[in-house]
Parts: sequence; structure tokens; C-alpha cells
Amino acid sequence: MKFAILINEGPYQHQASDTAYQFVKAALEEGHEIYRVFFYHDGVYNASSLSVPPQDDRNIIKRWSELANQHYVDLVLCASAALRRGILDEEEARRNAKATGNLAPGFRIAGLGQLVDAGIVAERLIVFGD
Amino acid sequence: MHNGDESVGRGIAKRFMFVHRKAPHGTIYAWELLEVALTAAAFAQHVTLVFIDDGVYQLKKNQDTTGIGVKDFSPVYRALKDYEIQKVFVERESVEKRGLSPADFIIPVGIIDSAALGKLMACQDVIL
Repeated sequence: MKFAILINEGPYQHQASDTAYQFVKAALEEGHEIYRVFFYHDGVYNASSLSVPPQDDRNIIKRWSELANQHYVDLVLCASAALRRGILDEEEARRNAKATGNLAPGFRIAGLGQLVDAGIVAERLIVFGD
Repeated sequence: MHNGDESVGRGIAKRFMFVHRKAPHGTIYAWELLEVALTAAAFAQHVTLVFIDDGVYQLKKNQDTTGIGVKDFSPVYRALKDYEIQKVFVERESVEKRGLSPADFIIPVGIIDSAALGKLMACQDVIL
């Protein structure tokens, strides 16, 4: 099965990102394909490289980055959702005269068209969030 | 809006339903979901919008957000027809429970009961 995932909530505040991560990991282990994971609404905070969780807790952002690195999972943030919340890649940081970008490795910022595309191409689009 | 990807959807059109469940303000879900609906329509998908629970307030006429200092995006609903989004439904039970009537809405809408809405959902490809 070809899945696409939509994550609508921020890390730590809400279970959505954790559950989605467990789902993606299990699906990959079972041999399914993850076409894309799309981060929307406060879900874009899952890509902040400035997140510093306590050492005895899970590192949600790092976990996603490692998954992207190991399984080539396409992690995409909605550009307008990310920019209004202060998640920027280096190019957007330059364009908006900010000192630095803060997009964690393995993520990319793109348009909402990428979410629509995921809905079209995947056999199932699964939404995590309220 | 950041659409900009020619390869979106590979020329396939699917049935997308957008279920608006939240009041227009207080959270950003309503506004950002509407942005996805417009994007799906821009990529020539078959778009249906439904409004249930407090989501029906999104379509209320005469909204005025000056007191809360946020953008009033309700005029965007009037542009739905420019995006060729014609299927707009509100759930009868949600409307009645809130003492609203079709005359309260900013655009013409279809009113369907929750059983009919369930059937409509069952024949969608993607529900957000």
C-alpha cells in the first residue's frame, strides 16, 4: 500500500506526531511505501532544528530527520504555515532578512500543492491531529 | 499562495472533501483548511466543502473581526465559485442546534442531514 501522512499538530504538545511516527515506522517495516509526510498547521514545528528536549525524553525532530535519512521518506512543510510560524530554510531566511534558517535536516519547505499531490498519488492519506 | 509545482497529481482528478468542524476564529484550522481546498481546486480536483459542528459559523454573514484584531477571511467564501467549487453543504443538525437558517449564510449552500453526509463521505477519495 502507498500511504501519505498529514500531521496537523506540534510536537510534545500533542500525540499526533508521535502516533504518525509509529505508524510510518510500522508501515515501512511491513514493506509499505510512504509517499510523503506533510506537515501543516502547528505540525510545521516538528521541523524546528532549535528544539532542545530534555535528555531523558524522546527527540521528536531528530527522530523524523533520522527516518528521512534512513528510508528516504519525503518530509514536506507547507510554506505559508511554516513561514508564519517561524520555520525557515536557509533560502527563506535570506529572502526575509532573517539571521538564520532553522529547518532540521531531511525536511523541505514547499507549497500546499504537495499535499494535494500526496492525496492524489497515494492510495490512502492518513490525517493525524484534531 | 505557494502552489508552484507542475507535476502535482500527474493529471489525475480525485474527489476531495474538506470537513470544516471549527469556528472561524479561535484557532487557525478553518482558514488553513480553506487554503488547502482552494489549492485542490486550483489543481482541478473534484472539491466538496462541508460544514459541521461549530464549522457552520464560518459561513455566517456580517462577521466583524475588528474587536479581536485578526483577519476576516469570510469574503473568501464568496470567491469559491471563481475556483469552480460548487459543492458546498452544511449539516442540518449542526445548523438547527445553533439556531441558524440558510438566510444567515454568506453564500448559497446545500443543507443535508448527517445520514446523507455519511453517504457523501463514503464516496470520497480523500477527506481532510
